Amino acid sequence: MSRTHVTATPDVAPGEASDHSLTMAGALNRALRDALADDDRVVVFGEDVGALGGVFRVTDGLEAEFGSTRVWDAPLAESGIVGTAVGMAMNGLRPVVEMQFDAFAYPAFEQVVSHVAKMHNRTQGRVRLPMVIRIPCAGAIGGVEHHSDSSEAYWAATPGLTVVMPSHPADAYSMLREAIASDDPVIFMEPKSRYWSKAALALPVHTAPMQRASVVREGTDVTLIAYGPTVRTALEAADAGAEEGLSVEVIDLRSLSPFDDETVSASVRKTSRAAIIHEAAQFGGYGAEVAARVTERNFHWLAAPILRVTGFDVPYPPPMLEEFHLPTADRVLAALATWEWDAE
Amino acid sequence: MSLNVEHRDHRTLPTTRPIRLLDNAGHAAPTPDTGGFGMPDSDLLVELYRRMAIARRFDRQVTALTKQGRLATYPSALGQEACEIGATTALDEDDWLFPTYRDSMALLTRGVAPAAVLTSFRGEWHNGFDQHTHRTSVQATPLATQALHAVGFAHAARLKGERTVTLAFMGDGATSEGDAHEAFNFAAVWHTPTVFVVQNNQFAISTPVAKQTRAATLADKAVGYGMPGFHVDGNDVAAMYAVTRAAVERARAGGGPTLIEGLTYRIEPHTNSDDPTRYRRAREVEHWARRDPIERLEKYLVSEGVLTEQDRAQISATAEALATETREAVSEHAQLDPLALFDHVYTEPRASLLEQRAALAAELAADAELARAGDATRVASR
Repeated sequence: MSRTHVTATPDVAPGEASDHSLTMAGALNRALRDALADDDRVVVFGEDVGALGGVFRVTDGLEAEFGSTRVWDAPLAESGIVGTAVGMAMNGLRPVVEMQFDAFAYPAFEQVVSHVAKMHNRTQGRVRLPMVIRIPCAGAIGGVEHHSDSSEAYWAATPGLTVVMPSHPADAYSMLREAIASDDPVIFMEPKSRYWSKAALALPVHTAPMQRASVVREGTDVTLIAYGPTVRTALEAADAGAEEGLSVEVIDLRSLSPFDDETVSASVRKTSRAAIIHEAAQFGGYGAEVAARVTERNFHWLAAPILRVTGFDVPYPPPMLEEFHLPTADRVLAALATWEWDAE
Repeated sequence: MSLNVEHRDHRTLPTTRPIRLLDNAGHAAPTPDTGGFGMPDSDLLVELYRRMAIARRFDRQVTALTKQGRLATYPSALGQEACEIGATTALDEDDWLFPTYRDSMALLTRGVAPAAVLTSFRGEWHNGFDQHTHRTSVQATPLATQALHAVGFAHAARLKGERTVTLAFMGDGATSEGDAHEAFNFAAVWHTPTVFVVQNNQFAISTPVAKQTRAATLADKAVGYGMPGFHVDGNDVAAMYAVTRAAVERARAGGGPTLIEGLTYRIEPHTNSDDPTRYRRAREVEHWARRDPIERLEKYLVSEGVLTEQDRAQISATAEALATETREAVSEHAQLDPLALFDHVYTEPRASLLEQRAALAAELAADAELARAGDATRVASR
């Protein structure tokens, strides 16, 4: 098999404008297509990713373009999909597999935690697993039970994994290309509620390195730390806060593991206040780690405890109740109002 | 040999009487028992005998060292030499083996040095050998998980146009795991060049195979996946080799996967921390000890006049040398670097890990300083 660098510029199809609007699902599709075109070692498989193009159409047209030896439908078994991807990665391929929905990735938990995460360490670097596990995640799409889980804390708590989550189409493209090019296994989480968000993109787009957080709105009074679906929530809160004279900085973490201490600490030292926003339940959630480590590193710069604005500690609600569960801009602002502000 | 496998109707259940080329008395088995498989030639049989004898000496030595407290644990495969060596020898050098924690004998057969086999059981690191050099994956502890790796590895080989065959070992208990089912199914659907060898040693720690399945044999399961299954006398190395070799050749020729069950017996406890008197009778162990795979082949080779006293002396000397090497490997002081904990978690250094590494390095430096100060104090007080 020929091996080419993934940084090669993909051709723009004849008649296609190089600058056009893409959804996040479309950007992910283009990232897969370009990776498949640039590197023969890349293969894509999972449930319904072939003729159907995936239930979210992220793999639309890929089997037709690259053939069923590069892109194919796997039997319906998530542990089998991840376990066979491990073997393929051991044998020189770069598999990109899809878990159809967050909660349907759980059957693969053992393969991910016991093998994907540990193989490189266990073999003292002799065996690398360059593989990507794509997981459509989180809620707010009116999904029935088991279709809206936020499972990121399970993966982020596992040493050996890299866990990232883009929040907009440009990052979706750039970060997926980078994840596929990585020699380490990457859990690539795709917030379902953002699949249809649009942006004008000239591809290929290279945004910040996958493992770095981005300051997506500058401010001076408070830092809102968000990722995936809650970046939009944080930006809405920033807009609403601005109307009340509150200058809000918003950080899109992008990478949950590793955590970009540098970017977050710099922001928190500037604003002296921070809140972390996520859809997942609060207890033992990712926000607990953020609050703890940001406090440990920046306590003397902080004017108030770091807040967590999250889903409740309940199983993900049915569609007609999810609006009460998910963090909103109003809930974020209400949380910020609980701080003692007069002391400053 | 391969013709026989090729023409087998995948919808036909395997025979419940195990395929056997050598009976327990060391005689060539009658035709109905052989399943149409031919006896390997005598040079190969002598080599199989040599490998089994050496592997057993190694296994006994390691069990002894474990009882002396030199190893954290050791799962013995004593009595399972025919499965371990017969199946592993059926692979070509470029093929890949996906072993379990009980398959240390198979690792030896793949050329892994005793010290490297024992790295994990000694507790130095989780794996001690190079996977690519020995075409052997890590010894899997989570059951049946490695079977999926074998299927994926084989599928990648096909996609790349390589002729590699993969062989995954698992035990009888592992066949109850979901990953065993998924591996059998993926292999059959994708038609991968994979051979599954189930060593039915009749116990999953204490649980007998009758509590794992209602199937008449574990090989029966193959039928439902659309692949051939073979129920083999797992204490007959000639049969284990011949059936596995046919499956390997069939896989390499594009014939897809095969499930082989070797019916054998775990003579030793599950590990050194197990107490088998709580779940099986000594009489049963003695019954199986009398069906020893090495003695059986030895009788046959001696009766055929192809194993001389000189051969046996040479084999014995090699086995003793390996046992000595094993003892020495374990008696050496382990060279451990605590900072190596951080070296291979990722391929690229990660800031948070470098911070933790620096913290541990500072602790170690402080300990060393204290030790030096202590030495100085002791010297001064003399």
